[in-house]
Amino acid sequence: METKKLKKVDIIFENEQGLSMAVLEKTLKRNPDDIILDLIDSGLKGRGGAGFPTGLKWKFTKNEENPVKYVICNADEGEPGTFKDREIIERVPEKIFTGIAICGYVIGAKEGYIYIRGEYNFLLKNLNVKLQEFNEKLKKLHFDFKIYLRSGSGAYVCGEESALFESMEGFRGEPRNKPPYPTVAGYNSKPTAINNVETLVYTTMICHMGPEKFKALGTTDSRGSKVFSVSGDTPIPGIYELELGMPLHDFVEDFGDGDTKAVQIGGASGFCVTRKKFNDTIIGFEGIPTGGSMMIFNSSRSMYNVLHDYLEFFCEESCGQCTPCRIGCQQLLKGIEAVKRGERPPSYLEDLKKLTATMKIAAKCGLGQSVGNPFNSIVDNFREEIIY
Amino acid sequence: MSKYMVNLKINNVPLAVEEGTTILEAAKTLNFKIPTLCNHPDLTVAGNCRVCVVEVKGARLLSASCATPVSEGMEVFTNSEKVRTSRKHIVELLLSEHNSDCTKCKKNGNCELQSLALEYRVGDHTFLSVLKPKDLLPDLSSPSIVRDNSKCIRCQRCVRTCTELQGVNALCVAYKGDHQTISTFMNKPMNEVVCTNCGQCINRCPTGALTEKNSVDFVWDALYNQNKFVVVQTAPAVRIALGEELGYDPGERVTGKMVAALRKIGFNKVLDTDFTADLTILEEGFELLNRLKSVLVDQDETVKLPMMTSCSPGWIKFIEHIYPEMLGNLSTCKSPQQMFGALAKTYYAEKVNVKAQDMIVVSIMPCTAKKFECDRPEMRDSGFKDVDFVLTTRELALMIKQAGIDFRSLEPEAYDSILGESTGAGVIFGATGGVMEAALRTAYEVVTGREVPFTNLEIKPVRGMEGVKEASIKIKNVKPEFAHLEGVELNVAVAHGLSNARKVMDDVRDGKTNYHFIEVMGCPGGCLGGGGQPIPTSEEIRKKRAEAIYDEDHNMKLRKSHENPEVTALYEEFLGVPNGHKSHDLLHTHYKARIRY
Ligand SMILES: Cc1cc2nc3c(=O)[nH]c(=O)nc-3n(C[C@H](O)[C@H](O)[C@H](O)COP(=O)(O)O)c2cc1C
Ligand code: SF4
Repeated sequence: METKKLKKVDIIFENEQGLSMAVLEKTLKRNPDDIILDLIDSGLKGRGGAGFPTGLKWKFTKNEENPVKYVICNADEGEPGTFKDREIIERVPEKIFTGIAICGYVIGAKEGYIYIRGEYNFLLKNLNVKLQEFNEKLKKLHFDFKIYLRSGSGAYVCGEESALFESMEGFRGEPRNKPPYPTVAGYNSKPTAINNVETLVYTTMICHMGPEKFKALGTTDSRGSKVFSVSGDTPIPGIYELELGMPLHDFVEDFGDGDTKAVQIGGASGFCVTRKKFNDTIIGFEGIPTGGSMMIFNSSRSMYNVLHDYLEFFCEESCGQCTPCRIGCQQLLKGIEAVKRGERPPSYLEDLKKLTATMKIAAKCGLGQSVGNPFNSIVDNFREEIIY
Repeated sequence: MSKYMVNLKINNVPLAVEEGTTILEAAKTLNFKIPTLCNHPDLTVAGNCRVCVVEVKGARLLSASCATPVSEGMEVFTNSEKVRTSRKHIVELLLSEHNSDCTKCKKNGNCELQSLALEYRVGDHTFLSVLKPKDLLPDLSSPSIVRDNSKCIRCQRCVRTCTELQGVNALCVAYKGDHQTISTFMNKPMNEVVCTNCGQCINRCPTGALTEKNSVDFVWDALYNQNKFVVVQTAPAVRIALGEELGYDPGERVTGKMVAALRKIGFNKVLDTDFTADLTILEEGFELLNRLKSVLVDQDETVKLPMMTSCSPGWIKFIEHIYPEMLGNLSTCKSPQQMFGALAKTYYAEKVNVKAQDMIVVSIMPCTAKKFECDRPEMRDSGFKDVDFVLTTRELALMIKQAGIDFRSLEPEAYDSILGESTGAGVIFGATGGVMEAALRTAYEVVTGREVPFTNLEIKPVRGMEGVKEASIKIKNVKPEFAHLEGVELNVAVAHGLSNARKVMDDVRDGKTNYHFIEVMGCPGGCLGGGGQPIPTSEEIRKKRAEAIYDEDHNMKLRKSHENPEVTALYEEFLGVPNGHKSHDLLHTHYKARIRY
């Protein structure tokens, strides 16, 4: 299997004076189709979790015939253990704006929105100032495009794209039925390109440095680098931009505290990997993809408590509309409690695993569909800790 | 624009359907039944219960068949292993959140969750109960509607009904995750919010989470009380729908059998709300003519046009909350039910020589809002509570069953006289447009001396299920006393379902219309689609009920309210003239503004 050594890179936070404007001016003169080709060539996949090829997303949105289209930057960053978008917003907001504007240019939109999670309201003041400056610059460039800010109210599910649209439209943040997909009918039922904060910064940088340099990093399935939010039992928690495709083993060598027993990759909705599998696990779309969260647990941690916390989170953060997720999450939580207390036999865990199989294919959105990830990976790897 | 045909296979059977068809609809054409819960023909698609999931070949996820349009080459499986397992899980999950004491539930036997549980034989409850103790306390505050969250499966059919069909927004979804629940503004009890008591949510609730406030036992108590003289009135729309609760197809008329059953149950007199429907036409018709004169001739600015009908208590509460500034447009007539009550305990009590305080008036109504209406303080003009108890069509069916009556074998019987005679005009009150049609049949004739210029007296433009209907009649060759109406084009509108009422009201408020008279019924289809009618409901069913109503009218000897001999006698012996003093004392009232939530 193709792997890469752990390597720190500096693309996202590179902040040379005037970089954003130069990229924007240069790119607005290019043919939109060429920009899309560059993005497809770069192999950039969405950094928000699902990993959809960004170039294709823009292409689909561009191909929709509709006078009104939108670009939305998903800055809801709700996944437990993820805090990299916040850092990006604080340090390189212009590079986000530029990505949004380029996207608007490519797909033919006149409005862009940044949907920022309610808990980040303390960032708004600064962000607004920067945004106004940027909007002014757009005017000077005679590019008919404007970016607006929208603040969420603290629901994890509003990071799910269609719930985000509902929320922006003033409704309850409940995910919609798909199809139609956002590229066809998103915000206000208009074609919408929605991307994660980090994805948009990478698009800016790909326009800056060309697809070649980007795709020289990473593996065939996971091109480029990615910003990781490292937390848990580590002496050096924080934000790191790393080349994709490294084995988890290398990561733990550098970031662990020498006593790492498991890493939860991709936040509460991601997977738990135990020491035994550190060597065979690749961080990337061919292995375990991640929106950036890497939570490191050492041997002092109870994995029952970890799973319990995650399930409590999902019980609370499910939007509650669909049966498999609303009740399924509660059953999983109550279920492991009952097994722990001896009120249900250990074999009840098998019933619950079957339930997660249903949740995975029958829940309406990614939230309910992915609760089985942490559940199965923790229950399978730490069965004793769950039962006793 | 003609639609593309899409080719697909369902359970290996090839078929072609129009583009945009959902998998659920496509499967139906092949008679593959896919269970549903959150889906309802009157409402937009939600796709939240997930019981209708199906497997599409090549797809990672199952698809909610109600929400997924077909696509070319799609291969669908409606009963694969994955589908079955998921569906069973979903039903089990719903039951784990459900207060499953079916034997004590009012919807026992007519519950979509119960049927699914039966079909999937989920006997051994695998899952732990996640029913919330706080949900075990039902909201009994409303005179019409009982809300029991312990029976709720969160399909949001009620919420969509209240918002989409009724535009009332009394019910909403609140909180998220395990706390997600159906609620009201600030969690207030139902009697303190904007709820109009229309009961449309009840008609669309798949379980027992929403039911009517049951009054059957009070009525039995009254019937068993030897000192009480219990009379019953039946609304026009009951006779064409009651059968559905008793094994008949939608649209079968059971008027005579219903009268016979009521006698068997033990009512002292079986009377007809159709009689006061005819009376309403005279009162309301003359009120309209008076208003027209005040506005056109006297130019009295205190008199408001267009005049709006006032028979539908859900509509009344709606206008009190939402358009209080237009209460002056509302006809001052009470509803037929309340006119009946007021006359029963005065004129009629005297006729049958019963003291008013010994008389109990029971109404059988297609409506839950009537329960609220009979409790209103305005409805005591006889000196007593004019109508004591209201039963819905469903509750009457229940009484018939409790009494052990074999409904099918009953010989049809006729209503008692007096207050039992009616015309076809009274009958059609039960359908949207019916009051308008009845009023025009009478008013036109009063003004011109001739019948309305429509074949068979059937004013087709105001019939049918269109949400808002409009019509105009040119008034020509009038009688001398109506000279001011000569050449006037009388513009009328009919709306049913409160969302449609909202549209009309907004247009009227914004001065966009030139209507003289508007009929509004709170429920889709009019009373025949009322909140007290048999469940289920759909436009198809409502159309059948409407046909039955118009058949009933068609077969009546008398078809114009002013020809009802008992009404004529009532004016001669008791009321004097329409809109006279006595009428105003007993048959008219005024309503007041309410706050907006
Ligand atoms: C429950 C849930 C929460 C999500 N939260 C976020 C989020 O906070 N930020 C984000 O960028 N994407 C989030 N996503 C993914 C988005 O739906 C969407 O895929 C993403 O914004 C697309 O951007 P990308 O292609 O750039 O990754 C979430 C998805 C789900 C199912
Ligand atoms: S899976 Fe969960 S969060 Fe997603 S729609 Fe269903 S209940 Fe809502």
